[in-house]
Amino acid sequence: MVSGLINANPTVYGKKERRVRSFIGNADEYAVEPIDQQEIFDHVRDIKDPEHPYSLEELKVITEDAIEVDDEHSYVRVTFTPTVEHCSMATVIGLCLRVKLMRSLPSRYKVDIRVAPGTHATEAAVNKQLNDKERVAAALENPNLVDMVDECLAPTYG
Amino acid sequence: MEFLEEANYQLKEIQTLQGHTDRVWSLAWDPSTGRDGVPPILASCSGDKTVRIWERNLSTRSWDCKAVLDETHTRTVRSCAWSPSGKLLATASFDATTAIWENTGGDYECVSTLEGHENEVKSVAWNASGSLLATCSRDKSVWIWEVMPGNEFECVSVLQGHAQDVKMVQWHPTMDVLFSCSYDNTIKVWWADDMDSDNWQCVQTIGESNNGHTSTVWALSFNANGDKMVSCSDDLTLKIWEADIKRMQSGDGYAPWRHLCTLSGYHDRTIFSVHWSREGIIASGAADDAVRLFVESKEALIDGPSYKMLLKKEKAHDMDVNSVQWSPGECPLLASTSDDGTIKIWELASTL
Repeated sequence: MVSGLINANPTVYGKKERRVRSFIGNADEYAVEPIDQQEIFDHVRDIKDPEHPYSLEELKVITEDAIEVDDEHSYVRVTFTPTVEHCSMATVIGLCLRVKLMRSLPSRYKVDIRVAPGTHATEAAVNKQLNDKERVAAALENPNLVDMVDECLAPTYG
Repeated sequence: MEFLEEANYQLKEIQTLQGHTDRVWSLAWDPSTGRDGVPPILASCSGDKTVRIWERNLSTRSWDCKAVLDETHTRTVRSCAWSPSGKLLATASFDATTAIWENTGGDYECVSTLEGHENEVKSVAWNASGSLLATCSRDKSVWIWEVMPGNEFECVSVLQGHAQDVKMVQWHPTMDVLFSCSYDNTIKVWWADDMDSDNWQCVQTIGESNNGHTSTVWALSFNANGDKMVSCSDDLTLKIWEADIKRMQSGDGYAPWRHLCTLSGYHDRTIFSVHWSREGIIASGAADDAVRLFVESKEALIDGPSYKMLLKKEKAHDMDVNSVQWSPGECPLLASTSDDGTIKIWELASTL
């Protein structure tokens, strides 16, 4: 089946330079280092867009500033910006973000994923679906959706 | 039962039940157990596609897994419910089926599979007499099944009306009135005018316009008399409702449920489960890993009944609490299930 792309010519932005996380001298190797904004961003920046050979970072779907993290309270909120207002891929992108963070973060973390206010036509519906864990669980038992998510999360890109 | 000072009570953990290999969605106490020397039994269901049956050993007081019901459901088992006699267990699965298991003296055999929903079945419930079963699904419908001889189940009604995913079905504890709550933020009440007929219809929709919830309604539960109901939601509130059930029981027709009060400001994340004990204690389980207990407050009767928090058990589990259920029997125990894969058994103890 040949179908038109939802956003045929997306704007591609440069990637942010990768910073090396600094380790201070010979500090206690057992010291717990809190999870910060940069670490979360590193987990999600290379997720591939479902329809383009670019990363979510290159399409500015995700920026470091759009990540809020409170390590003490084990809380993360990721706000993403779909490339177009009617992007039907918004829920897939959100699902990819959720799955990646589910696999990367300690289980104590509570993760909220949402569309940036005013950037999507059905913002409330997308947000509600992405944060209903029962629907997320059901979606992740759907082999076609899992294939799609795994492809976006494949480490070959980035 | 009177609850005086909040500080005088604590939830004491009796045991953590381990065995499931994925999140535990829900649990159900066998209503025929837990009294007259019969050891309490409960069933739990999980994302690992299995149901586990747990029994308390009366001499060691320890809970043991007596049976694992597997190789029937091919996807998550979301909900389970015992028939009033404890003879049958119904399990609802994301595989779009509901299975009926017969308890033959500790062995559980799948005796029937109910098919018809288009996709995930989210909840299953028996009516008080055990003659009717209700199921609901992501396909937005609620089905009523009649229990026929020989473990046959006949669909007598397919109820359409919800605009979205239906999360839970629950029968009234004494009357054949069915309640369903949904992702569409409403609670619907289903009623058959002539009790012998299969003419089920929606007689009330409790939504935002009549003090209802502003996001997904996940669960509801009734008090012992059945004249009050509590609902919980993604909008972070519990709501208490009241109806004139005497009028309904006398055959004068349907009496609508009225909003009594809203408990807001207590929960920080989605409330997935709520259960009202026969002693009048409302337990809630939420996505902030905590279990909270509420009781009616005797202080503010001028503005109508109000409810106060009796206690909050922080970090009851390591992850979201998906279900809380009080046991039947003389000394009620509370059981909770969680995304952390465990079930915990709690005792409400006085600290005095």
